[in-house]
Amino acid sequence: MSGGTLQLCLLFSSALFCVGLAGALSRSNSILVLLGIELMLNAANLNFIAFWRFSPQPAPATGAIFVIFSIAVAAAEAAVGLALVISIYRQQKNIRLQEATRLKG
Amino acid sequence: MMTAVLIAILLATLAAAAAAMSLRNLIHSVLLLIGSWLGVAAFYLMAGAEFVAFAQLLVYVGAVSMVVLFAVLLTRRSRTDIAVSPDSVSRAWSAVFAAGAVLAVLVYGVLHSALPHSPPPRPSVTVGQLGALLTGPHSAALLVIGVVLTVAMLGGVVIASTDRPSAKEDEK
Repeated sequence: MSGGTLQLCLLFSSALFCVGLAGALSRSNSILVLLGIELMLNAANLNFIAFWRFSPQPAPATGAIFVIFSIAVAAAEAAVGLALVISIYRQQKNIRLQEATRLKG
Repeated sequence: MMTAVLIAILLATLAAAAAAMSLRNLIHSVLLLIGSWLGVAAFYLMAGAEFVAFAQLLVYVGAVSMVVLFAVLLTRRSRTDIAVSPDSVSRAWSAVFAAGAVLAVLVYGVLHSALPHSPPPRPSVTVGQLGALLTGPHSAALLVIGVVLTVAMLGGVVIASTDRPSAKEDEK
């Protein structure tokens, strides 16, 4: 892997982040919005690993440990988000974001 | 050779993600996203972070995808209701415009910043070293993340299982 690889990885993860952003902003299905957020989280993790691999390291394995914690937080977020989606579906028989306007159950 | 494989993996990941975000069929979207997550795991494997790659496989390809598929199947109204109703065109275009603006800023930032040009030797981290780091200097963070996961799972169960019959009567 040559020296320009870090730049390539950063450009790619920017593109992945923006695909996730476009998906999260444009879709009104709440499951798809959650998936867009997951894509953005994945792009951030990709940056951690790219910097860890291609930069001089102050401490060993810093990037890898950061990504492990980030994946754990993303898993918790997905579980709570999908539980919310199911709860909203129970209340309103619909998971469109525009119609989920009430906080009261 | 390595760079060509890397570019192929990155392009496949990006294409799968873009297709998943633009398709109508929810099931197809989720399956394409699983492919995209697999591509990210392959990138981790190539970058020398084997443990992270397997964590990505287990958590995203294994667990999150199943949770999402269950959510899709639990929230459809009939057997054939997996197609998303079309969103408004102006909303889609403004989202693409906003994402394009963010992408332009990010690309400008990446291209105009001084990045290290001679990569250091490939870092090698064994699972044993990672375990020693997690239970040694990072043990407090490990405990906190355990508590966060437990609370999130309990909260998810409570949110998804609570059924209030009074709410339905209010609507009527």
